Amino acid sequence: MSCCGSSPGYDDLDQVSRLVSARLAAFLRTLRDAGFRVGLAEGQDAATLMSSGYAGRPGLLRAAFKHLFSARKSDWDKFDGLFDAFWLGKRVRSRSRTIGSAPGASNPSLKSLQDAAAEQGGSQSITDQLPSSDDAPEGRSGDGRMEGASPAENIAEVDFRMLSDPDQVAEAHEAAAQLARAMRTRLTRRDLARRRGYRLDLRRTIHRNISHGGVPISLVKRQRKDKPLRLIVLLDASGSMSMYTSVFLRFIHGVLDQFREAEAFLFHTRLAYVSDAMKEKNAARALDRLSIMAQGAGGGTKIGESLQTFNRWHARRVIHSRSCVMIVSDGYETGDAALLGREMAVLSRRCRRIVWLNPMMAWEGYTPEARGIRAALPHVDLYAPANSLQSLRALEPYLMKL
Amino acid sequence: MKGRDEIAQALAASGYIADADLATAISLMQLLRRPLLLEGEAGVGKTEVAKALAKVHATELIRLQCYEGLDQSSALYEWNYQRQLLAIQAHRGVDSIEDQVFSEKYLLERPLLAAIRRPKAPVLLIDEIDRADDEFEAFLLELLSDFQVSIPELGTIPAVTIPHVVLTSNGTRELSDALRRRCLYHYVDYPDVDRETRIILARVNGASPSLSLQIARMVEGIRKEELRKVPGVAETLDWAAALVGLDIRDLNDAPESVHETLICLLKTHEDRARVTPEVTQRLLGKVA
Repeated sequence: MSCCGSSPGYDDLDQVSRLVSARLAAFLRTLRDAGFRVGLAEGQDAATLMSSGYAGRPGLLRAAFKHLFSARKSDWDKFDGLFDAFWLGKRVRSRSRTIGSAPGASNPSLKSLQDAAAEQGGSQSITDQLPSSDDAPEGRSGDGRMEGASPAENIAEVDFRMLSDPDQVAEAHEAAAQLARAMRTRLTRRDLARRRGYRLDLRRTIHRNISHGGVPISLVKRQRKDKPLRLIVLLDASGSMSMYTSVFLRFIHGVLDQFREAEAFLFHTRLAYVSDAMKEKNAARALDRLSIMAQGAGGGTKIGESLQTFNRWHARRVIHSRSCVMIVSDGYETGDAALLGREMAVLSRRCRRIVWLNPMMAWEGYTPEARGIRAALPHVDLYAPANSLQSLRALEPYLMKL
Repeated sequence: MKGRDEIAQALAASGYIADADLATAISLMQLLRRPLLLEGEAGVGKTEVAKALAKVHATELIRLQCYEGLDQSSALYEWNYQRQLLAIQAHRGVDSIEDQVFSEKYLLERPLLAAIRRPKAPVLLIDEIDRADDEFEAFLLELLSDFQVSIPELGTIPAVTIPHVVLTSNGTRELSDALRRRCLYHYVDYPDVDRETRIILARVNGASPSLSLQIARMVEGIRKEELRKVPGVAETLDWAAALVGLDIRDLNDAPESVHETLICLLKTHEDRARVTPEVTQRLLGKVA
């Protein structure tokens, strides 16, 4: 131990680096609790920065850490608040979830960290405040990656009806849009896997190479012309579905945004084509436009008539052999159930699959007794609940098999 | 290695007006040897960063434009099989011909292979990575980790130099966590009035400081309107060049011309209809 504050000895320096490492580890935990994906490599790079002269300049360190730890815009937007709260003791102004620093522990600033390093007594009190490095919360792997505990999963099982907190609703919307993106991405990969390995078009190759004396110098390839999967979503926007409409609208917005080929319709007492309204890049504005369109006449749900309109005026244009029609409805038909049955039969002959998602299905004690559902079910390939993000996710493997 | 201020000055000298954050990101690229992922709306100047970076390092810019269906043969290497067939025909009966036709001479370099074989580290711009598919992203991740390429007929080709890698994304598809974590992240936002003024001054000949400031304020106002396609920096520069070309020195002197030239900024019919002469007048009132 050195007794001279002006020129710290080896032990003091060691104490400082241990202190800095402990603070850094606590900060990484704070970031993970706030949903950042921080692994070992990032931790090592952060330590490199701390020892490269960044530690003494909070402004520069914050900018550097921001680039290092952010991976997406949402991280980018909340980083400054988290950094200031942890290192500079400022209050977080954002509405982000509670961060995981020890409650009641006042965060020492960088300056006080340096002061503490200069005086042995202070360092002790700071280290006392730090959570020890081996008390990592459950669900973390050794490299600091969160094991499946992404923010989206916190609300995966909650019924959309139960979401009342605006933050949670926003989270559900975001998760629905992400899910739509993920579905599209995997389908594309599957398409590619099928297309791999082109074949030579020998007839055209020989024709083209006559001028070379028949030597096949210029090869003509026969490309598989795969039709991409087309998803057509028909969303019931009647009063009985009102609790679910907004999340599904967001899901559809994501689907239309991500699928190369997708179409969307709303129906209540009549059918409305909404793909164009959904082409708005700004999701909030698209949802506003759709919410207006989704306001039914309050006269119940005429699924049969809406399907009849679809089959007569739209099906020829939007359906091809690799189309999946997804109907999102509770099946409460206030019109003619027999008509619904007939129109479902027509539709099932036209497309490859019909998926019917019914949010009520997950309700306790629900049985499909509504006349509409009973008439439609014989023509449905997959009948599944869709009241939570988890149930939406469960559809993905099925869609991949199309 | 250059410091942050040095980089900011060098970028400015090359015509790119960067904020302090971006200069920090570029200095970290060198310190930590990580690629830089730039995200942001179309037209905010993401691709320009890579071009400016190439000027700063006085090195070559190699660009790989991504698209759906991009594969290794377009991005990495391809055998020149027409030449191979001709060589086989010309050397019929020569035993060693098979070894000869699978040699460097018959290899077509694509951007990724070119980027690791330059004697001086180039800037490798992987543009719109979100347009490529997952499979390509996974392959790219491997390349960015190892910086070597395996070609079955030639063996493993290690990197001669490690390129400065810049990836851009418009967010049309969610990128994998693995790729995001491999990179430093920087969100490129629309510039504020001060920075946009300096961009106009640097890039548009004949634009006075007062006119540049007015244009930047006007564009800021237009971006706050409910538009389908928000104008980017390139559109601002087009508009500034148009106004300078029309010899306009003060926007308030020629409100009609200002409104007519807004076609440089507004690229859809709805947006054009939304910004009426009255809206232009209202916005002009704020920039005086």
